[in-house]
Amino acid sequence: MADNTEILAGLAEIVEEVAGIDAAEVSADKSFVDDLDIDSLSMVEIAVQAEDKFGVKIPDDQLAELKTVGDAVDYIAKNQ
Amino acid sequence: MSTADIEVVVTGLGATTPLGGDVTSTWEALLAGRSGVRRIDDDEHEWVTRHDLPVKIASPLAVSPAETIPRVQLRRLDRCEQVALVAAKEAWAHAGFGGGSAGEVAVEPERLAVVIGTGIGGAVTLLDQDDLLEGPGLRKVSPLTVPMLMPNGPAAWVGLELGARGGVHAPVSACASGAEAMAWAMRLLQAGEVDVVVAGGAEACITGITVAGFVQARTLSQRNDDPEGASRPFDAHRDGFVLGEGAGVMVLERAEFAAARGATVHGRLAGFGITADAYHITGPDPEGTGQARAITRSIEHAGVSASDVTHVNCHATSTVAGDVGETRAVRKALGDHPVLTAPKSALGHLVGAAGAVEGIITLLSIREGIIPATLNLTELDPGVELDVVAGEPRKADITAAVNDSFGFGGHNVALTFVKP
Repeated sequence: MADNTEILAGLAEIVEEVAGIDAAEVSADKSFVDDLDIDSLSMVEIAVQAEDKFGVKIPDDQLAELKTVGDAVDYIAKNQ
Repeated sequence: MSTADIEVVVTGLGATTPLGGDVTSTWEALLAGRSGVRRIDDDEHEWVTRHDLPVKIASPLAVSPAETIPRVQLRRLDRCEQVALVAAKEAWAHAGFGGGSAGEVAVEPERLAVVIGTGIGGAVTLLDQDDLLEGPGLRKVSPLTVPMLMPNGPAAWVGLELGARGGVHAPVSACASGAEAMAWAMRLLQAGEVDVVVAGGAEACITGITVAGFVQARTLSQRNDDPEGASRPFDAHRDGFVLGEGAGVMVLERAEFAAARGATVHGRLAGFGITADAYHITGPDPEGTGQARAITRSIEHAGVSASDVTHVNCHATSTVAGDVGETRAVRKALGDHPVLTAPKSALGHLVGAAGAVEGIITLLSIREGIIPATLNLTELDPGVELDVVAGEPRKADITAAVNDSFGFGGHNVALTFVKP
């Protein structure tokens, strides 16, 4: 089980791989769309990679609720 | 002013080919007589050996798109979209729009169009993603699958990159697509719809099923032991074409617009002719009637006479059926005076990019006054009966030249370039 710090680091790696945003920029308070400029197609890729990395399921209706990186970290922490 | 009076000039050139990663290196390699054809039964193309394909040669890109496209953008693009972007960016900068000398006068986005054709499109993406669906399943299929495989993808990505809002188009006419794109560009400019068009062709489909399909159609050379000698248009011992990949893009403008912004003019596209054979789905009409009509329409549109056209940059792919038929069409439309060359002898066949890259070569032949040689022409097919440049490039003061492109489906496109 990964703790929140590990989840954030892992998620940041995925965001860097998929969207080319420096992992250091990916902090809990950042919005995927408004701050990191990640489009809906990239969000699908990020979700699939996060599911594999953390062993969670992120259904589409949940994905739509994950506005910030912190939202995603919390969701993964609760559901892994 | 009638629409036909609107002159169309070429102000920017871009290419990535089996001979080089840009226009200059491609042109220099052509003049030096180098071939882009090589063996591909290697790790990168493991399918050649796995399927025991009888064709083990191709002409892949000289420079990988990964050299210039950032990693994240690269993974969102099919390879045919990657090559389109590489060539378009070079052409755009060459035209002085990308911050060059004439960059101060930008074109309005609504007056800028893109026309980039492809023959096959994102076939490799289609296959890769189908493997993922059949293997690990739906979750592994990329959400970018459709934009990567759609044949308008190369045009759409170039349009996005340059901010073109005057329309984005993607002619699909097999091996004539790149030339048809130039024709569409000229139409848009002469209709007054836009001021600038970024036009060309892109192709990157060297993969198992395309090679296998062309093998089964008996169209590819199997001269595996002599890759550089495999593509031999007009030679009596030719045995088929060599599959290549690449892209060519031109920036075309209304002459007045180019002059107003102080752009350097590299050539003039003066006319085009588009016809169809309605004869056979793959085989050209052996009499070359439809091809001859395309050439005739093209020079009429250009307002030049047959005797003005002293050079033809041929489609000549090195297939047994195609090459001689084309020379019949040239003789029918122009007479027996034009001097021919066949750049596919060095480039291989770039399919949907062929007409665009070879259009660039035609334009450079006029501008530089020199015609690259046809490689591997050791014994002229007796059916040719025309002068083909072979051995060494030939100096020539060319006023008007025609570039032929033909495609599966009976598509015939001829472009007429003239000295500006």
